[in-house]
Amino acid sequence: MSHDSKLIRMATQMADFFRSQPGSPAEAVAGHINAFWSPRMRHDFVGQIASGAEADPIVKAAVPFIRVAESA
Amino acid sequence: MKDFIIPDRDYGTPAAKSDVTVNLLVDGIAVSVPSGTSVMRAAAIAGITVPKLCATDHVSAFGSCRLCVVQIEGMRGTPASCTTPVSEGMVVHTQTEDIARIRKGVMELYISDHPLDCLTCAANGDCELQDMAGAVGLREVRYEPGANHFARRDAEGPNPEYRPKDQSNPYFTFDPAKCIVCSRCVRACEEVQGTFALTIEGRGFDSRVSAGMFSDSFLSSDCVSCGACVQVCPTATLIENKVIEIGTPEHIVKTTCAYCGVGCSFDAHMRGEEVVRMVPSKDGKANRGHSCIKGRFAWGYATHQDRQLNPMIREKISDPWQVVTWDEALDFAATRMRKAQADYGVDAVGVITSSRCTNEETYLVQKLARAVLGTNNTDTCARVCHSPTGYGLRTTFGTSAGTHDFDSVEETDLALVIGANPTDGHPVFASRLRKRLRQGAGLIVVDPREIDLLKTPHMGQGLHLPLRPGTNVAVLTSMAQVIVAEKLYDEDFIRARCDWDEFLAYAEFLLDPRHSPEEVEKLSKVPADLIRQAARAYARAPRASIYYGLGVTEHSQGSTTVMAIANLAMMTGNIGVPGTGVNPLRGQNNVQGSCDMGSFPHEYPGYRHVSDAATRAIYEKAWGVPLSPEPGLRIPNMFDEALAGRFRGLYCQGEDIVQSDPDTRHVTSALSAMDIVIVQDLFLNETSNYAHVFLPGSSFLEKDGTFTNAERRINMVRRAMTPKNGYEDWQVTQMLANRMGANWDYSHPSQIMEEIALTTPSFAGVNYDLLDREGSVQWPCNEKAPLGTPLMHVDGFVRGKGHFIHTEYVATEERSGPRFPLLLTTGRILSQYNVGAQTRRTDNLVWHPEDILEIHPSDAENRGVRDGDWVRVASRSGDTTLRALLTERVAPGVVYTTFHHPTTQANVVTTDNSDWATNCPEFKVTAVQVSPSNGPSEWQEEYRSHSDQSRRILPAAAE
Repeated sequence: MSHDSKLIRMATQMADFFRSQPGSPAEAVAGHINAFWSPRMRHDFVGQIASGAEADPIVKAAVPFIRVAESA
Repeated sequence: MKDFIIPDRDYGTPAAKSDVTVNLLVDGIAVSVPSGTSVMRAAAIAGITVPKLCATDHVSAFGSCRLCVVQIEGMRGTPASCTTPVSEGMVVHTQTEDIARIRKGVMELYISDHPLDCLTCAANGDCELQDMAGAVGLREVRYEPGANHFARRDAEGPNPEYRPKDQSNPYFTFDPAKCIVCSRCVRACEEVQGTFALTIEGRGFDSRVSAGMFSDSFLSSDCVSCGACVQVCPTATLIENKVIEIGTPEHIVKTTCAYCGVGCSFDAHMRGEEVVRMVPSKDGKANRGHSCIKGRFAWGYATHQDRQLNPMIREKISDPWQVVTWDEALDFAATRMRKAQADYGVDAVGVITSSRCTNEETYLVQKLARAVLGTNNTDTCARVCHSPTGYGLRTTFGTSAGTHDFDSVEETDLALVIGANPTDGHPVFASRLRKRLRQGAGLIVVDPREIDLLKTPHMGQGLHLPLRPGTNVAVLTSMAQVIVAEKLYDEDFIRARCDWDEFLAYAEFLLDPRHSPEEVEKLSKVPADLIRQAARAYARAPRASIYYGLGVTEHSQGSTTVMAIANLAMMTGNIGVPGTGVNPLRGQNNVQGSCDMGSFPHEYPGYRHVSDAATRAIYEKAWGVPLSPEPGLRIPNMFDEALAGRFRGLYCQGEDIVQSDPDTRHVTSALSAMDIVIVQDLFLNETSNYAHVFLPGSSFLEKDGTFTNAERRINMVRRAMTPKNGYEDWQVTQMLANRMGANWDYSHPSQIMEEIALTTPSFAGVNYDLLDREGSVQWPCNEKAPLGTPLMHVDGFVRGKGHFIHTEYVATEERSGPRFPLLLTTGRILSQYNVGAQTRRTDNLVWHPEDILEIHPSDAENRGVRDGDWVRVASRSGDTTLRALLTERVAPGVVYTTFHHPTTQANVVTTDNSDWATNCPEFKVTAVQVSPSNGPSEWQEEYRSHSDQSRRILPAAAE
């Protein structure tokens, strides 16, 4: 599986967990990604969604909450 | 080197537990002991030694040897002091003329049937029979030669009573000629180990110790080679082969076993720099004097001829190795790491710390990444085992660790064991649990396989929930539903310790019919009734504990399962008192420690996130460099980045990622794509086949430091011999760091611990003096808890209120289908340890020479597979071959194997699926197909030839 789809797959797994939790699943997914993914992984991931990759609605909704470092 | 002479006396009978104190006089000395104490033990406490042979404080009193008789005023005759309990005002005489006569007579009888070859006997100088003969003043044996068990021949020919030595076990010898039938060994096997492999056959003069059936040897019997019988034997009847070979040890170094997460304390009995034997420490707080085959006997790898003692380098991984000096190797490594960073950026390199190395060594490796390389790309083997424990328990309770100590098991009324196989993986804990099960505690096992714990003798009926691999969350959530629906929860506890409204929200979530036992039965194949019975038993037990292993964590929902476990404990109030709790059984000796020491890419030591400015400030001050606030790469992410060409250099200490990590081909391609791979290990492991630099490592016997076990217990590791490679592992890391400009000047690991204590609140009170004094402490150890914390969350959760997390079952992507209709799950076996690098280099191979595939007879029959046949196991990742074992321990549709041998490489088959929260690989579920085969797979052939090529070493150049 390519690097690209793997990040989206990982985010989808998070969405699958957070969709049954109280609160905003999209923010929770973004929070988890911010806490555990390196800047480059976050950068790549946001780029993939921005360029139209297919993804779960929660995963897509998480993108605006993901911190992207300028240097990445 | 430090020698410890700790009065390790044998008090004759085990300690009694009682709040009532009894006062008595022994030989005129007043002594106060807990009610229930034996007269023998009371005398020992008063400093008086009563002669004894069958008694030892490892096992309960038996009263067979009659050597320990005493006289008690007001009591008739001469009672055995080992079986007579004390009473208030008792007046005991241990030495009188009558008693002396009796004892001498008893000894005379013993010696009349014992060979008098003391000078050449292996137990010479360490024989209780010899000591007792001296103690009672035996000077002659008046009996004429007659029927006996020790002479090979008598005047008429071969002695029919003589039995030759049993040397079937590679580690110890049983010599029936020297046996006095005190039955200590039989009782240790029952009471301490819980295996019941030994027995006394025959009666009277015909009584003999026997392993298993008449036709059995020690090796073919149920014996698990734990060494408990050898430890208690008062003569040379059961004795370590090393003692026979070498002689009596002359000093003892107290240290900690380097195998599993139980963290047993051991006394290394040394002669000079040579280990004669490893004996479990009676004052070891994790093991209480017990051991398993690995810690007790399987340490020969430390001096195995395969150990590489010289640094080596090579330009390309296809080149042969070249032996070089430390300077050359370290310069080569440092230059290449820095070049990779110069060419591809600071974050193009990373480190892997070892869960086998000490806390101090682990701390230095992560410090090297953060402070010297300037990246948070550090991870550890815990990634592939217990990272979900860290995440799950931190989210629910507030700390990334188990809640209780192992002693707590003595007070549990019911143990719920999930995804763990303690008798193989954590044998000393298993023995302690079995002891409690024999006393009547209940047992529930949630596991795809029927594990040996369920077959504990004298236990009563355990409940087994044989679930389909991958359905842990569904089953545990359904148990929670039953507890809520039947109102079996502990409302007072929840209201006091958790958020009641949050619980109500979780209850509402649980009560949805999709979580009902009937619905979950469809997914998990566990009968609904069994789920109900298990839920009721767990909730109703006054003190119920949960023990779990990698069968919980190594799933795509590993973290969710840990949280489901925490929810069960919280809703039933099973937290904060002895006998309860949530206790992960850690895989490696220092998995807990490596996590505590900041090995993870997102957190500093003490589980503080790298984005936390206050924590970062502490380390920036301590280390004198600016630090990155961004999380680094986890091991699987490193591999992915390497394949993308952006991760170019790795320093890997004491972990064999090629063998231990999933989807081997993915791992090897990633390593092959790097410019510099530095492996530090005892052996040329599988990962070194892809390395450019090999730095020889040191074994646990060759270093000072600490390991932290599954109970958060910080145990001392002490140097028993000089490192054969010249340096302890922390010194190697320091030399490498200094080559890259670090300027470290640690001269002893105690200085590293001082730095850890200074910067980590939960370790603030830890130092080597304290550890020397106390033996061990459990973190948190600080001003609030100067001697550590055996039990956590006693008055409140560390995070404040306990947090209920919703636990929705999400099926893994790894589902069986027409191409791959079976589910493969993996585990370990008693005699081997993980990738086997250590145990495969010992005589433990006698027990487990190869990995085998367990398959249900019906699945085997459908495929034309017979017992012992070679079979091919294929998944979407790859395939391998191994031999099949037909067994009903696994359910139809499930197959099982171990991963101890590089030639079978179970991980060629496992996939890159992982836990949603931590990327812990989903080792425990792989969809596979099994078919007959007639030999090694193409992959195995290729791997073997590549491996041989990679391990070539050029002869050293002439100086």
